[in-house]
Amino acid sequence: MAHGPSENFFSRWLFSTNHKDIGTLYLWFSFAMFLLGGAFAMVIRAELFQPGMQLIKPEFFNQMTTMHGLVMVFGAIMPAFVGLANWMIPMMIGAPDMALPRMNNLSFWILPFAFAILVSTLFMEGGGPNFGWTFYAPLSTTYAPDTVNYFIFGVHIMGASSIMGSINIIATVMNMRAPGMTYMKMPLFVWTWVITAFLLVAVMPVLAGAVTMMLMDINFGTSFFDAAGGGDPVLFQHVFWFFGHPEVYIIILPAFGVVSQIIPTFSRKPLFGYSSMVYATASIAFLSFIVWAHHMFTVGMPIAGELYFMYATMLIAVPTGVKVFNWVTTMYKGALTFETPMLFSIAFVILFTFGGFTGMMLSIAAADTQYHDTYFVVAHFHYVMVAGAVFSGTAAVYYWLPKWCGRMYDETMGKVQFWIAFIAFNITFMPQHFLGLAGMPRRYSDYGLQFADWNMVSSIGAFLYGGAQLLFLYNVIRTIGWGKPIDDPKVWDGAEGLEWTLPTPAPFHTFSTPPVVK
Amino acid sequence: MSTEGSYYVPEQSKLPLAAALGMGVMAFGAGAWVIEGGTSTVFMIGLVIMAVVMYKWWSLVIEENTQGMVSEQLKYSYVLGMYWFIFSELMFFVCFFGSLFYVRVLVGPWIGGEAAIGVFDDTPTDAAVANATHLWTGYDATWPPLVTPDQAVNADAAKFIGPQEAMSWPGLTQILSWLPLWNTIVLIASSGTVHVAHHALKEGNRKKFVRWLGLTVALGVIFLFLQAEEYIHAYQELGLTLESGIYGTTFFLLTGFHGAHVTLGTIMLFIAFLRGVKGHFSETDHFGFEAAAWYWHFVDVIWIGLFIIVYVLG
Repeated sequence: MAHGPSENFFSRWLFSTNHKDIGTLYLWFSFAMFLLGGAFAMVIRAELFQPGMQLIKPEFFNQMTTMHGLVMVFGAIMPAFVGLANWMIPMMIGAPDMALPRMNNLSFWILPFAFAILVSTLFMEGGGPNFGWTFYAPLSTTYAPDTVNYFIFGVHIMGASSIMGSINIIATVMNMRAPGMTYMKMPLFVWTWVITAFLLVAVMPVLAGAVTMMLMDINFGTSFFDAAGGGDPVLFQHVFWFFGHPEVYIIILPAFGVVSQIIPTFSRKPLFGYSSMVYATASIAFLSFIVWAHHMFTVGMPIAGELYFMYATMLIAVPTGVKVFNWVTTMYKGALTFETPMLFSIAFVILFTFGGFTGMMLSIAAADTQYHDTYFVVAHFHYVMVAGAVFSGTAAVYYWLPKWCGRMYDETMGKVQFWIAFIAFNITFMPQHFLGLAGMPRRYSDYGLQFADWNMVSSIGAFLYGGAQLLFLYNVIRTIGWGKPIDDPKVWDGAEGLEWTLPTPAPFHTFSTPPVVK
Repeated sequence: MSTEGSYYVPEQSKLPLAAALGMGVMAFGAGAWVIEGGTSTVFMIGLVIMAVVMYKWWSLVIEENTQGMVSEQLKYSYVLGMYWFIFSELMFFVCFFGSLFYVRVLVGPWIGGEAAIGVFDDTPTDAAVANATHLWTGYDATWPPLVTPDQAVNADAAKFIGPQEAMSWPGLTQILSWLPLWNTIVLIASSGTVHVAHHALKEGNRKKFVRWLGLTVALGVIFLFLQAEEYIHAYQELGLTLESGIYGTTFFLLTGFHGAHVTLGTIMLFIAFLRGVKGHFSETDHFGFEAAAWYWHFVDVIWIGLFIIVYVLG
């Protein structure tokens, strides 16, 4: 085993087998994608600032909504949590590295190629994908631009990356735990990630199947999604959402894990109901496989199907409720302090719960007939994706960055960023609930005059929220370069776990000899 | 769980980046290839890169093992990797089997106007009736569907023309001339022979191991040959093609992806065969072969599913 990072910049970052360096690559890549996807969102909100067409053509607007969704989901949020997993899982379970270090680097390097292919389609004849991030057939088959083929193969290799990354995480957790680190002693972040990895291995192949069917229908005359040949466009939606619903939990479960690490630290109390948290996570993962058609209530399913998917969906509120109550109970009578990671985590709990409640509204099949494909849905999933996943990712960076680089971030700047992000987020997305309930459909480049006021408010919030991310970037760079050096292994006085027994900054190689966990 | 601090973390390597490059070039090349007027050049370049990388990567892993750098714990990481890889492959087939069930059980009756309101009430639903009266008049939902909905409406002008005959169960009298049955026999036999080879290896009988593994590879090739024969028969005599509606679609995609996996499995076993001849495997240390054998049993299980659902009940 080499003793330190390679001296040569290129060989260190291109040929790495080190879980920390690869984790760093994932995190920087995901932040770059976050800014790119954010830029697409800014284009969308700029066009929607006023009714009528001002800046871009409707065709380009469609490409922007599609690319915003794809880049944020697959390029920003998922790799960000994989980066955190890479950094933290070996440190948390007392392992020297990930189980399969070379495959780890392969999983990462596929992503830049996949997204280069995907983004390059924007500059090709016919433009990029314009059928929404859910790429429903026949929009994505019969009526798609030729570049859809690049999209299909890009999704294929990206899926391969996710599967390899997940297998690596599962192998690490199953095989690399330090002596005494039993499953029920693992930190919750590790638990949520191993369950997430299982979901990924189970559903990424289904996504591969869906895009393969598209490829065949487009180029080889098959009729999966064509009723004329005996197929059905709705089949696409079933296959997609069989992947897609577990996918949204793939995004949120690691976020649960992060928050379950941070809240106990700043409450100076152990996590309330650890084992119920583990079982709740597993239950959510199980339920995610049997609720997919609640995304399709208006497609024309038999009534029995509507009812089944409605009730099954409502069940998810039970384990999710367990989690929310546990976080709140952890804080109850704790010695609370409100550093930046804690602020983001508390905001997570509040806003995620809010997004969960709108989810409950959407789960009612009869009510969903009204809400379906309106801005209400957009508002709902941004409350769980942005205030859920992105807030917890930000919290994680502030929480662990001092450990990673041995320098403290600027607390004031962190808090300023939090409050701008928190307020701007709500200015952006709260009005979208009202727009949706008033009947504004999603994915349109123009709207009726009655929607003008709230759209303007929402756009102003979006620009502010985007600005807060630049502050975040600045704060991170400033910390790494010029932050106040620290050497306390614990960093936070309430922090518990193996990762805090390592020196600060964390050494290049984690546990060369495994620690013993009592 | 780790008991000693000797887990082998490899040095830096250029292979992962090269593999990612190969995959990227292949993906871009495949996209360029399928677009009208495209060529396969870029894809082929990617394929060559991948082939070289895979050869080098596995050679490296084999060498590390020969030099004793691979601890028991690392071996178990490889074992876990293979388990979960096979699980992901299984889910890929689940996707296509699920699609087949969906179109067979639900879509057909909906298009044909026969979808019932409930389990105990077989009056067709309004939507199904509307389908049958307005969109696909005259379409009869049967499985296997020899007439596509398109054909029912547009007759010979249809884009999707159904096959003259399906691949399904021919009845007991014809059974001996039914190719899928022979394919099943070949593949199940090959699962047996690979098992015998495994046991021979564990007993340290290398000659027997190589012989039975060679036989397994031969059976794999025979299976692929028979499958190719069946496809030629389907295309030339039955009019059963990718374009013949949902039956051809599901038939070729399911059996085709299975065939692709058999091809991969045969290559894996063939490499294990060559390594066996060279004496790479010992009685206790032969994961390269074991992984290939697991994969082979996996494609066998998928075939049994295919045989029952696509052929016998098809």
